[in-house]
Amino acid sequence: MAAETVNSGSDSVHGRLFLPLLYNLRAQGLPVGTGEWLAFLEGLKANLARDLDGVYRLGRALLVHKEAHYDAYDIAFHATFAGVELKPELKEALESWLNDPAAWEEGRPPGEHQFASLEELLQALADTLREQQERHEGGNRWVGTGGTSPYGNSGKANQGVRIGGSGGGRSAVRVAGERRWQGYRTDLKLEIRDFKVALRELRKLKREGHEVLDLDGTIDSTAKNAGDIDLVFTKERANRVRLLLLMDAGGSMAPHAQLVSRLFTASKEMKTFKSLDHYYFHNCVYGWLYRDYQTWDRRRTEEVLRELTPEHRVIFVGDASMAPWELFADSGGFGERGPSGHEWLQRIKAECPHSVWLNPDPQTYWRHPTVSAIGTLFPMFPLTIDGLREATRKLRAA
Amino acid sequence: MRFDSFSGSSRYIADPDLLSAVNAAIALQRPLIVKGEPGTGKTLLAHAIAEALEKPLLSWHVKSTSKASEGLYTYDVVQRLNDSRFGDGDVSDIRRYIKLGPMGRAFASDQQVVLLLDEIDKADLEFPNDLLRELDEMQFYIPELDETVSARHRPVTIITSNAEKELPDAFLRRCVFHYIGFPDKERMAKIVAVHHPDLDSALLETAMNRFYRLRKTDGLRKKPSTSEFLDWLTVLVRAGIPVERIDKEMPFLGVLLKQEKDLETLEIRRKRGH
Repeated sequence: MAAETVNSGSDSVHGRLFLPLLYNLRAQGLPVGTGEWLAFLEGLKANLARDLDGVYRLGRALLVHKEAHYDAYDIAFHATFAGVELKPELKEALESWLNDPAAWEEGRPPGEHQFASLEELLQALADTLREQQERHEGGNRWVGTGGTSPYGNSGKANQGVRIGGSGGGRSAVRVAGERRWQGYRTDLKLEIRDFKVALRELRKLKREGHEVLDLDGTIDSTAKNAGDIDLVFTKERANRVRLLLLMDAGGSMAPHAQLVSRLFTASKEMKTFKSLDHYYFHNCVYGWLYRDYQTWDRRRTEEVLRELTPEHRVIFVGDASMAPWELFADSGGFGERGPSGHEWLQRIKAECPHSVWLNPDPQTYWRHPTVSAIGTLFPMFPLTIDGLREATRKLRAA
Repeated sequence: MRFDSFSGSSRYIADPDLLSAVNAAIALQRPLIVKGEPGTGKTLLAHAIAEALEKPLLSWHVKSTSKASEGLYTYDVVQRLNDSRFGDGDVSDIRRYIKLGPMGRAFASDQQVVLLLDEIDKADLEFPNDLLRELDEMQFYIPELDETVSARHRPVTIITSNAEKELPDAFLRRCVFHYIGFPDKERMAKIVAVHHPDLDSALLETAMNRFYRLRKTDGLRKKPSTSEFLDWLTVLVRAGIPVERIDKEMPFLGVLLKQEKDLETLEIRRKRGH
């Protein structure tokens, strides 16, 4: 029972000790919840981490749920622990404690050190850290090193003192500083499959289509029928969503051509939509929509608009940046007479309120006047996995 | 707190990150999700853990048509209906028509088992959510029998995923997560040593360099994985290909690249002199 008391007492110390890591993780946009954090503390208590490398691994296993977040975790971990400085006697005591699971478990003072109890040691450690943190202009570092850059300075990590652990091998902080998971970030890399995974969420299920045997219904009905078999049929569940993909093929979109074609391929390969139509436009939507620019295969925008149903969802793909007159002047496109591009967009919105705009340009470019004008018409998302996922969520909620 | 711990096996080489995740899952009694490219040894891991801990392994290979409830139990109504009309046997004993699934058997087992949910992402998007409560509380209710099956020993649960579908957040939050990245050369050498203990080191060196260079080729649809590399080595050894030829010609390329398009891509590059 005594061990129990010490353990629960040390919980709060532990919690405080690693709190900067939690804040850094959240600052990196990692959605670490209370449940995971408590599991992490429980893991520390269960002695699953015997040195800082162990803390790194345990934290990653419990606090991160996608490889896409590994890189953000590395950044946060490096920012928190790079260049940890500790007084030698404190370090020594901590090391022997970390390497002596029995002492930890029983709550007795580790080795022959000046600390009477484990709690006292942890308290001293926490105090030191807090002191150092205050001295180093606050911030969320575990211990400041006086450097100005919070991370990326992997040379610096070398000078840090490793708490415990074997001498050989590379330290977790160094490894974290190398950022070897950078390639797995989903906000950077996109393959057809990734698009598909994101698009798959876009669905509204309804019973329609083929008749299939409804087993439960049959049994109920048979039972009511005093055991005489009575077959009941029902309709299969099918996705009701119809997708209309409108893609900008303008000159400024050339650098993104591959990306857009991957999205196009992905949506075409998805057999789950009730229907999928796609058209190209140049800069903005005007009187005509093109199936293919080369063969001049085109349809009147009005016609396409007329076919829209409440089940339709429109996804625009384009950089939305053009000369202001291309959006606002009447007869904007290719010498056509007629309403301005902006008006066409408004018509589409009126016909199909559930539309989103995917923009392949980095968000820093979005302050362009035509981009923000279009952004007020349609919710705009970056053409990344996260952006597409948010967009589908928006469409799904509609 | 004492718990079983896993440190790899003679046939399974795990890196420290993976070991740490496995042991965290065992100690904290949370399911472990292992994700990674096909061929990185996710399923093998469950077998290795079962072997190392000397516990029986129950596997549930999830398919696109799998329903969460099937893993717990199935109630063969059609058989019962049939028996009631035409068959013999005691139809009033509903227990005869209830069959426990892999998860159900893992819960009901007298001893702790290792439970493998293989390729969970193959099933419907909602599938993992349907298992949340069962994995959390490790018990489920059978309304037909008015009985609750609860696990006497929480099984060591290993869940694998090929990342075909994203798993729901609520599900992920309850699990320990590990992503098996592609092994670096050092670890690959260890893995090869397990499968080909007496391999000529010059051959390994050459084949490995060639293999990693191949993986770096742009535009490959399916990069060759560890298991394909092991197969390739086997073929090279069996055919007795001399080391020099491996680098120059890359024989048996079909073992590494299985998509025709990829072979074409490589052919074009070669002609350009890469």
